[in-house]
Amino acid sequence: MFEDKVIPLDIWVSQFVDYLVDNYRDIFQALKWPVEQTLSGLDAGLNSLSPIIVIVVMVLAAWRFSGKGLAIFTAITMTFVGLLGLWEETMTTLAMVLSSVIFCAIAGIPLGIWAGRSDAFEAGIRPVLDAMQTTPAFVYLVPIVMLFSVGNVAGVLATIIFALPPIIRLTCLGIRQVHPELVEAAQAFGATRSQVLIRVQVPLAMPTILAGLNQTIMMALSMVVIAALIGAGGLGSPVILGLNTLDIGRAVIGGLSIVLMAIVLDRITQSVAQRK
Amino acid sequence: MDKIVVENLYKIFGDNPKKAMQLLKEGHNKDSVHDKTGMNVGVDNANFTIQAGEIFVIMGLSGSGKSTIVRMLNRLIEPTAGNVIVDGENVTQMNQDELVQFRLKNMSMVFQSFALMPHLTVLDNAAFGLQLAKVDKETRNKRAMEALEQVGLAGWEKSYPKELSGGMQQRVGLARGLAVDPDILLMDEAFSALDPLIRTEMQDELLKLQEEDQRTIVFISHDLDEALRIGDRIAIMEGGRIVQVGPPEEILQNPADDYVRAFFRGVDPTNVISAGDIVRDTYPTLVVTKKGSLRTTHELLSSSERDYLYVLDAKHRFLGIASSDSVREALESGKPDNPVSQAFIDDANAVNLGDSMQDILPQVASSAWPIPVVDDQNVYKGVVSKNRFLRTLHRTEEQLEAQA
Repeated sequence: MFEDKVIPLDIWVSQFVDYLVDNYRDIFQALKWPVEQTLSGLDAGLNSLSPIIVIVVMVLAAWRFSGKGLAIFTAITMTFVGLLGLWEETMTTLAMVLSSVIFCAIAGIPLGIWAGRSDAFEAGIRPVLDAMQTTPAFVYLVPIVMLFSVGNVAGVLATIIFALPPIIRLTCLGIRQVHPELVEAAQAFGATRSQVLIRVQVPLAMPTILAGLNQTIMMALSMVVIAALIGAGGLGSPVILGLNTLDIGRAVIGGLSIVLMAIVLDRITQSVAQRK
Repeated sequence: MDKIVVENLYKIFGDNPKKAMQLLKEGHNKDSVHDKTGMNVGVDNANFTIQAGEIFVIMGLSGSGKSTIVRMLNRLIEPTAGNVIVDGENVTQMNQDELVQFRLKNMSMVFQSFALMPHLTVLDNAAFGLQLAKVDKETRNKRAMEALEQVGLAGWEKSYPKELSGGMQQRVGLARGLAVDPDILLMDEAFSALDPLIRTEMQDELLKLQEEDQRTIVFISHDLDEALRIGDRIAIMEGGRIVQVGPPEEILQNPADDYVRAFFRGVDPTNVISAGDIVRDTYPTLVVTKKGSLRTTHELLSSSERDYLYVLDAKHRFLGIASSDSVREALESGKPDNPVSQAFIDDANAVNLGDSMQDILPQVASSAWPIPVVDDQNVYKGVVSKNRFLRTLHRTEEQLEAQA
């Protein structure tokens, strides 16, 4: 029965994206600018610092927020990655993850707060978030490349799309989970809407919001390899290169480094969240 | 002076409040409205006024509408219809900014579940209302400390709510309410979550605080004893309606309908009825201008067929009690012209008109003589005898039984 294509949606979508590329490329290049600046700044910064400084800072962070155990683990892991010959790639990945997280937080937390306070907005945004999370990243890689060119920036943009939903969802959840009687108490004492938000809802939603940031970091790391497909640098490169040249060793050390980074960043950010 | 006026106040929870109101006006009650429309009637045509400086208790069972009605006083819940007028200003008509200002200045609230901010210290919690009003840090901390001292929590200011027991947390809640120095204090079942001993303590503290600064207090409760203990006037609610409003003794003695009557069944009248309600001037008295004499006392007692004589001064103030025995003893060891004070019974103290039957019970029980009752100037008003006390108890029980 369904032998022929009746609805040429694929053609419409291609035509639409072509239309955007032809007519609005400048706008998209402009949108790219803040991300590019942040990313290249971080990348250059992290790569120019002596590895020892970077490791010391991370170890201190781990110690401060968690304890000796994590500090030692961090020291070992980061040194190991360096010894594998993948330090530069790791710093680039770290820069990409941090850039993604920064923009996700800037966009996501306010949107999450809005969704937390407005039933209408939450209902509207939910299908969008569902789409963002379930759409295979490969699907939106192509339009991103067409609109923003290959490279690290496109990788970060793809990561942002993928990693934004958890922070929005968890911020929304955090706000909604604040005990209604506390909001009532604040109102009874004459709080304005913004005072309720700043003095009651956000402080009490903080642990959940930080959990959201933690999730965002994890999802950003999971995009590392996919980002490499569109020319991003970082630890995804050895994995893709290894894949393309059937150099299993190279792929494995790339993958291993990604995993170790994930563990370190996850533990550190979870400790920050738990301390709050 | 009318501090709060509630006029034709309604609250209906549901999609079509107008329809529900129409049904109510036609005479339906909460249950039948729910059956017909599925909507929930919170408050049905409430009308009452609250005087400045009184403790006004709104009482009823769960679902009677009392929590809803108190939240309409500060518009935490929006009324469906009607007016709430505080100090002449119509709260129901205020816009958002006016409402915020109104809450900042005039009213504060104490909640059943304490509603303390877990992320703030005790001091910051107590200062919360002042912080919202943008009072500077030094001033607000000073006032918060004073409030904490008033409720007996000095020394705990740096602790967090989760470190405190329930009773202490509610004291913080009370301190928070007092720190803003409101005219009106709304207390929503404020002591219901506390154990009975702490609850009585907190009630006493509230009464003590009220003696110091006469605030207008609207107190929601489902506990009859609590209402009788602290209420100047009580409003009984049932199914969203106000059924009766009045002082405790009046409701006790003249219940408006069977619901109120059943409510008050089993209530302990000794908490409600005072010495002044049952005092009788039936025992002989002797007014002495100088010191009186034992002889006169003896003659009076002999001729009166009573065992006790109450001695007063020229202004009818109570001086002491003389009994047949004590007079005889005094005569044996002294002269007939000795002052009557020699015959006074030891430890024969008077009680005040305002003392409740509960208060005077120990004395009535342990004294052989009827207890003298005086007013605030110590002027003698009469006595309360054991007989009288018991008969009052019996009669009240009978009354309640008969009317039930």
